[in-house]
Amino acid sequence: MITMYDCIVVGGGHAGIEACHIAAKMGKKTLLVTANYKNVGDMPCNPSIGGTAKGIIVREVDALGGLMGHIADISQIQIKMLNNSKGPAVRSLRCQADKMIYPRNMQETLKTIKNLEIKEAMIEDLIVENNEVLGVITKDNEKIYSKTVILTTGTYLKGNILIGSENTPSGPHGEERSNYLSDRLKEYGLKIIRLKTGTPQRIKKDSIDFSVLKKEEGDKCFWTFSFDYEPNYKIEDQVPCYLVYTNELTHQIIKDNLKKSAMYGGYATGVGPRYCPSIEDKIVRFSDKERHQLFLEPESLYYDEYYLQGFSTSMPRDVQEKMVHSLKGLENAVITKYAYAIEYDAIDPLQIKPSLENKILKNLFTAGQINGTSGYEEAAGQGIVAGINAVLKIDNKEPFILKRSDAYIGVLIDDLVTKGTIEPYRMLTSRAEFRLLLRGDNADLRLREYGYKIGTINENQYKKLQMKKEKIARLIENLKDNHISKNNETKKIFNENNINIPTSNISYYELLKRPEVNIKFIEKLIPIEYNEEVKEQVEIMVKYEGYIKKAYKEVEKLIKLEEKEIPEDIDYKKIKNLASEARQKLEKIRPKTIAQATRISGVNPVDISVLSVYLKKEYNHE
Amino acid sequence: MNDTICAISTSLGIGAISIVRVSGNEAINIVNKIFSINLSDKESHTIHYGHIIDNNKVIDEVLVMLMRAPKTYTTEDTIEINCHGGISTTNKILELLINNGARLAEPGEFTKRAFLNGRINLLEAESVNDLIVAKTDAARTLAINNVDGILTKKIKKLREKIVKILSNIEVNIDYPEYTDEVEVTHELLNKHLKEISKELTKLVDGAKNGRIIKEGINIAIIGKPNVGKSSILNFLIDEEKAIVTNIPGTTRDIVEGSITLNGVALNFIDTAGIRETDDLVEKIGVDKSKSIAKNADIILFVLNNNEEISEEELEIMGNLDKNKLIIFVNKSDLKKKIHLGNISQEIIFGNTITENGLDNLLEKIKEKLKLDSIVNKDMSYLSNIRQITLVNKANEAIKNASKSLKKEMPIDMIEIDLKNAWEYLGEIIGEAYEDELVDNIFSNFCLGK
Repeated sequence: MITMYDCIVVGGGHAGIEACHIAAKMGKKTLLVTANYKNVGDMPCNPSIGGTAKGIIVREVDALGGLMGHIADISQIQIKMLNNSKGPAVRSLRCQADKMIYPRNMQETLKTIKNLEIKEAMIEDLIVENNEVLGVITKDNEKIYSKTVILTTGTYLKGNILIGSENTPSGPHGEERSNYLSDRLKEYGLKIIRLKTGTPQRIKKDSIDFSVLKKEEGDKCFWTFSFDYEPNYKIEDQVPCYLVYTNELTHQIIKDNLKKSAMYGGYATGVGPRYCPSIEDKIVRFSDKERHQLFLEPESLYYDEYYLQGFSTSMPRDVQEKMVHSLKGLENAVITKYAYAIEYDAIDPLQIKPSLENKILKNLFTAGQINGTSGYEEAAGQGIVAGINAVLKIDNKEPFILKRSDAYIGVLIDDLVTKGTIEPYRMLTSRAEFRLLLRGDNADLRLREYGYKIGTINENQYKKLQMKKEKIARLIENLKDNHISKNNETKKIFNENNINIPTSNISYYELLKRPEVNIKFIEKLIPIEYNEEVKEQVEIMVKYEGYIKKAYKEVEKLIKLEEKEIPEDIDYKKIKNLASEARQKLEKIRPKTIAQATRISGVNPVDISVLSVYLKKEYNHE
Repeated sequence: MNDTICAISTSLGIGAISIVRVSGNEAINIVNKIFSINLSDKESHTIHYGHIIDNNKVIDEVLVMLMRAPKTYTTEDTIEINCHGGISTTNKILELLINNGARLAEPGEFTKRAFLNGRINLLEAESVNDLIVAKTDAARTLAINNVDGILTKKIKKLREKIVKILSNIEVNIDYPEYTDEVEVTHELLNKHLKEISKELTKLVDGAKNGRIIKEGINIAIIGKPNVGKSSILNFLIDEEKAIVTNIPGTTRDIVEGSITLNGVALNFIDTAGIRETDDLVEKIGVDKSKSIAKNADIILFVLNNNEEISEEELEIMGNLDKNKLIIFVNKSDLKKKIHLGNISQEIIFGNTITENGLDNLLEKIKEKLKLDSIVNKDMSYLSNIRQITLVNKANEAIKNASKSLKKEMPIDMIEIDLKNAWEYLGEIIGEAYEDELVDNIFSNFCLGK
């Protein structure tokens, strides 16, 4: 008998995990196909999860019912709130996750998920009929049928590892690659692009002279990514990272050997990311910089390797030896793994709908590096959306599309499907125009309601959210209703804290708006019985009210445009008066809404006017 | 979508009246803020006589047509302000509407709304699009001509400066652990903001000159009866050679006549019926002289050589902006009885009989406006309302940033305002591509694994 799945996920990386987990959680019969079971949840590059903007994505995944946040929490060996001294919008969590423990925790968790099966196989083709995907075909020619397929193949599609002039067909760290799948996709009509990324050296712990390096420690207070669990670790058990600098000698070695690197020697074809340049790139492009900062990050408590962040290169091994040994503290370092660049096939993301379903092949979804992104967190964010939308598709429901004003995940997907990419796309806070609203601290307030409606957030989690909302509202009300009284005791508290007492009896709400006042000070004047989470939320909402209100006004404008949908069958050739560049772009991208159309470069306001007049005429579009 | 839009609906130029049209949900509220009569409780399709007022100053005497939705051209609440034809008055009203929350309409936008709101028949859709495209093209050509090379360069330079600060802040945010990069502190940002604001203010000041080139200079002649205002006006206009538009009436700010001096139009404004021989300086009054001072670029105050200066004349003179004031003592052919001991300003003597001293007067006008330098030197002036509004908005945003800086807001909050300023400036030169900032970060900073 042929087994029919609801959803097959190809690839057990961070995108695949979230996709298969959420589909199974939503009650669908799901199969995860991975080339190597022991690599499920693997972290082939940096040993950290989160970071600026990325940490917020992790919380968004958690808010939608995903796994990454909690698994990172129980696998971390150091955690830190980045930008904690800056504004609330740019604070973001990052942890050093143990590379042994994280995948193990992930695999253990996936084993417990109902409706989810895991199979080891290499997928080399899809079952396709009339542009509709019906399942997958393994390397051994086994056909597995499914209503939907989600490809999360990472760097495995025709992966090539480059070290100097050596070019080895391979997935990350020597794993078997998929040789044919991307060719098949091309035959089905998809445009394939070639991208490149890199990873630096791993250094043996006891060969490093830590005594000359500056320590970078974790925070001395508790943090978690997940909204559902209390922190459970010992602050003093956190493992430090170390700061390393390049020097004149390092730069000279690189300059002397430039032609030997895969990139400068002309051995690579893929486009590498600008935000993650190889060290040779940095030296060439910023030749006047005397030194570059590098970090040594612990990979795991269970094996003795450090990750040398900032030193990724495609130089041959002998040059890498010289480069590493030129660094202070690493004079006698033993390199356990050499840095390499990896090239791989991805699909042009302009062929994907905002739901992450393919425009050409029905019922096919993609997430992660195959869509042109980089990063575990970016992958997870897409994975959960692809999983949800595969399920909604099966159930004949409207797709789940996060707006740019809802989440970083919304920004990420909108950027991909609207602008495309020519380099692996990394999330940055500057890409989010509404970042003041898209904070890490309010990801649950922004997204759990959606999760509850979709069915990825349970009754208990939802109740907890409602309680939190209620408490926030009540605390704000209290602060507005109560006014400071100027008795001697109050005056004393103001004096002790070096804060000028207001001339009139203003409310606590007004008082909190003052730059020198925080909620901790208010607490000295009146008792506040709510927990830290609620107090933090209220403090942000009151202190930055003006900016937040302004941002919401902008969102309102955007939402009006988002509501103006463009019919899928629109024929742009029929619209007279469209500028030809705009017509071409619109035809290629086929935006879903007027708002998305306005974000396409080359589509001008006048084209938008012409388009809306046409829509009104043809579709009586409001 | 339905924000409130406004535009001058009649062709710009010297006409008897101009119509400024406002359409949208907020049309009535916005006009209420600048009109002497509250329209909220007024019936639809009614006309109201009153004044356009800015900060308690009367700008113009107008007729306002109130048309409530849906029976209007756009089907939205629509107001048409019939004002006096002078360019400066009409522009001033437009500016007031924009400052009070309306947005300058895109080319063809009233018609587009009429169509989108179902007011215009479907068959007309194509022609609506033709109109939008045509008007946009025309506006674009105009805009290109208006934004000349030097101005574009200035704005580009300013934007470059801002984007450098922005990307530095972004780098501090996205790579907080890269301590080798310069940290944008409050002090550093404060210094930058001051510099930017200074530049923007310069641009706006320059904008005034740009308007002068396009629209001319408004000159008001005031003085007691029989002091010789008419003769001076006649001499300056030289009626037989100059084109004089003479619109008799009792209203203010009608261009009495205009001449071209060094390529710049000098518009003589009939502020209080200069030609009416029975006009009395008392009638003008102190208050009115203030409002004249506000609307005119130059005030030519005429005194009589043959008479002692009066208390009223002194009081009015004292209230006028010294920078705009030219004092001309007429009737120098008669015996000098005037006493000018207390007036510190330079005074020109002359008369219209022998025409003695009148050339000096013309020179003085030129000098006052630095006409030579305006026309010959730097052409980098902002020359239309759209540009001026955008620069003002940019400047406003920078001021907000400074305010937040004083309140010790975090840098990333202050950056929001700075970014707005950068975007407004981008709108002027029509050159804001989305990933400019991200590109700048990567080209100027060296980061990553």
